[in-house]
Amino acid sequence: MADVILEMRNITKTFPGVKALNNVSFSVTQGEIHALVGENGAGKSTLMNVLSGIYPYGTYEGEIYFQGSECRFRDLTESEKVGLVIIHQELALIPFLSVAENMFLGNERAKNGVIDWNESISKTAEFLERVGLHESPNTLITDMGVGKQQLVEIAKALAKEVKLLILDEPTAALNEKDSEKLLELLLQFKEHGISSILISHKLSEVKKVADSITILRDGATIETLDCRKDNITEDRIIRGMVGRDMTHRFPPREKNIGEVIFEIRDWNAYHPIHEDRKVSNNVNISVRRGEVVGISGLMGAGRTELAMSIFGRAYGTRISGKAYRNGEEVDISTIDKAISNGIAYATEDRKAYGLVLIQEVKNNITLANLEEISSRQVINEPREMKVTSEYRDNLNIKCSSIRQLALNLSGGNQQKVVLSKWLFSSPEILILDEPTRGIDVGAKYEIYTIINRLVSEGKGIILISSELPEILGVCDRIYVMRDGKIVGEMPASEASQEKVMKHIMTQQEATQS
Amino acid sequence: MKTTATPHETNAAGGIMKTLTGLFRSNIREYGMLIALIAVMVFFQIQTAGVLMKPVNLTNLVLQNSYVITMAVGMLLIIITGGIDLSVGSVVAVIGALAGVLIVRYDVNWIVVVAICLLLGAMIGAFQGYFVAYRKIPAFIVTLAGMLVFRGLTIALLRGESVGPFPRGFQNISSGFIPDLFQNEGLHITTLLIGVLLSILLIFLDVRGRKNQQKYGLEVTPFYFFVVKNIVITIAVMGFCYLMASYKGLPNVLVLLFALVTFYAFITSSSVIGRRIYAMGGNEKAARLSGVNTPRLLFYTFINMGILASMAGLIVAARLNSSTPNAGDGMELDVIAACFIGGASPMGGVGKVIGALVGAFLIGVLNNGMSILGVGIDWQKVVKGIVLLAAVLFDVYNKNKNA
Ligand SMILES: Nc1ncnc2c1ncn2[C@@H]1O[C@H](COP(=O)(O)OP(=O)(O)OP(=O)(O)O)[C@@H](O)[C@H]1O
Ligand SMILES: [Mg+2]
Repeated sequence: MADVILEMRNITKTFPGVKALNNVSFSVTQGEIHALVGENGAGKSTLMNVLSGIYPYGTYEGEIYFQGSECRFRDLTESEKVGLVIIHQELALIPFLSVAENMFLGNERAKNGVIDWNESISKTAEFLERVGLHESPNTLITDMGVGKQQLVEIAKALAKEVKLLILDEPTAALNEKDSEKLLELLLQFKEHGISSILISHKLSEVKKVADSITILRDGATIETLDCRKDNITEDRIIRGMVGRDMTHRFPPREKNIGEVIFEIRDWNAYHPIHEDRKVSNNVNISVRRGEVVGISGLMGAGRTELAMSIFGRAYGTRISGKAYRNGEEVDISTIDKAISNGIAYATEDRKAYGLVLIQEVKNNITLANLEEISSRQVINEPREMKVTSEYRDNLNIKCSSIRQLALNLSGGNQQKVVLSKWLFSSPEILILDEPTRGIDVGAKYEIYTIINRLVSEGKGIILISSELPEILGVCDRIYVMRDGKIVGEMPASEASQEKVMKHIMTQQEATQS
Repeated sequence: MKTTATPHETNAAGGIMKTLTGLFRSNIREYGMLIALIAVMVFFQIQTAGVLMKPVNLTNLVLQNSYVITMAVGMLLIIITGGIDLSVGSVVAVIGALAGVLIVRYDVNWIVVVAICLLLGAMIGAFQGYFVAYRKIPAFIVTLAGMLVFRGLTIALLRGESVGPFPRGFQNISSGFIPDLFQNEGLHITTLLIGVLLSILLIFLDVRGRKNQQKYGLEVTPFYFFVVKNIVITIAVMGFCYLMASYKGLPNVLVLLFALVTFYAFITSSSVIGRRIYAMGGNEKAARLSGVNTPRLLFYTFINMGILASMAGLIVAARLNSSTPNAGDGMELDVIAACFIGGASPMGGVGKVIGALVGAFLIGVLNNGMSILGVGIDWQKVVKGIVLLAAVLFDVYNKNKNA
């Protein structure tokens, strides 16, 4: 048995009205990759915040031992000093600073308060090399994709001489290739004796890299599985997480597809800043009544941009093209008009675009359809309480009260609030942008069930997703998008993971040659 | 995760305690401010040997404060959107100047002038709001410019001197009382009648609210508590009206303030537009993507502010009985401080009308009490500054404690 590098004993953390962690014990051995899994709101992020000093000593009960000595961190810098580095669910890089500037932020290479740029830059280059990122240290963060940003975060951790790296859902926003690269990196680190804690809802990844897996449920440790000894299957992990067996990942659905209810023709849109860059290029898509249409593609293919440009021109400039609802041309040039024409768009970026974090869950749910809970511009609050409570129960949103601030919900539960908001606006056509990002297996199933219910009511759904199994499991028809263009279309019955991937890749080669 | 059980209506006494502590917890900020206000009042009451609470001084206090409160309700909305308006002090001056010039120099009927001034206030608000909402220039800069422009226009209009006095009717805006329709000798009957109507209205609204809560299956406060609360409120309303009726009746300004505060408290807490303003201040992008026309809303809050600032301008002119070039000087700071002391967040999305009201009174009592004690204007500013800082510190502390 290898040495224990970290031990957390009997951790209890209480928020007003909620016991987020109840007597949790958790330990990591030297040089292992330890996965931490559990349903949304199980307490994973909270446990890591306790560990890294974001919740300082004294605000929780229990003890933490790191490399044999007890730790009482008062803030993040203290935990970083001993080699504990956390990379959050949301990235924390400063967009308009360069890689080198971000790299040593708060940890500047300086003599007498003057930054030594030569050293900073050469060191940055060195760390970038170690994470396999070939970028100049002078590149601005905004000019890089999320995948590369994630690597910068990791390089930054290396610069702090990390001994235990904590990653909270690092691959949630990454495409498969970038995810692969990141996991590869973790394995490399392991060789060099750096341990990691990996929080993820993607169980295939967990299975691939983890040496041991700890499962949290409702703020308590359920079990720790040792992958080196036994062969742990995904189903086994799921059983631990949800407390029962899950036979299907996708609920069955009776198909009943009708006529076209929504259609976009010759849709063009340009980038809001680089005005000559086309983000949507002659796009034609349609949705039928009772149909789930998937849009697949790599990150940066222009799917979100397309969806937002359709939704009341919320993105892009010089937008042209026609929209038809039930065969008739409709005006959806403002968000207001789009909503009143029965269109809804649930964003992929819940914090920036989806939620008013400092407000109550209930206010967030009703925001897009205040008419429904008011009469003559006066809000009927009891009615609002009632309808939003129904959404909380139906979608199983974990919150201490419907009046809790959205800020204090776990990531996955915030996602469910965004979804509730758009369900409450009772749309005809619902565009879902990565609706299951950061959501646990059980909740995913619930969301697929909701999708099924909506289409059985005769609505049309456009599903944007980077997870191919999800696209294949849920959709009736699939579009493949690349560089702002639709490059393929196929019924789900003819599609397979390989076929869709090949579609993207062949196109790529074709454009590259 | 374990959710602590919601309290049930057990025995009556325990129920009342729970209701009270629950109310206190969810409004700790407002109660904290209220306690601070009372403490400050008690302090000055003792220090001034009882002068503070004399009816004459109380009336004075309300009158002195009326313009701060009038503008604080509008400023609060702007601050909730995440903006600020530095120009209100200058708008007070320019409106007062316009009123003075029209009434005194050109002899225009004062009622017509009031209408013109309110309209102009709306236009000033629209002018600044246009740049903030549609041209995306930060409110701080637009209104800083407005502050200079309108102060300059005031001096130009008045040619650097004071203009006055005003006719009786105009003066009555700030110093008059509501007319007594019954010409009674002893008591002011209209005032009592208003008290009775108000009490009935309040009880009616409370009963209706309770029924509505029950209709949607929500837990309601224990019946006892409900009855006691209504009795206390009725006694308070009637007692106050009786006090006023035994003097000269309700002052016009007080009626105006009451109407404004009630209206804006209602707008912010229960209207669709209020909900949208909070959402916009909390996260502009999310609000816009939920179909809220955020630029238009921002534009409206500035128009609203312009109208309220011009109301305040009229009250100030009527009270001083002249239009002076430096009217309203520095007033924007009192108004903004009232909002922040009352718990509004400079980041937007947070703030309550009741908070701003208490904040305004706190500033008012400080101004008034220190003046009685003969504290110089210099130290008054020092004290107000420290109070502002302390109030915001209290907020930050509270927030961290709950994290
Ligand atoms: N500041 C807070 N105030 C009140 N409750 C909170 C706060 N932070 C977290 N919680 C609650 O604690 C519980 C655990 O949240 P946590 O973020 O740790 O979940 P998680 O396991 O990371 O979930 P996810 O997979 O969705 O990210 C949730 O029920 C959440 O509502
Ligand atoms: Mg989390």
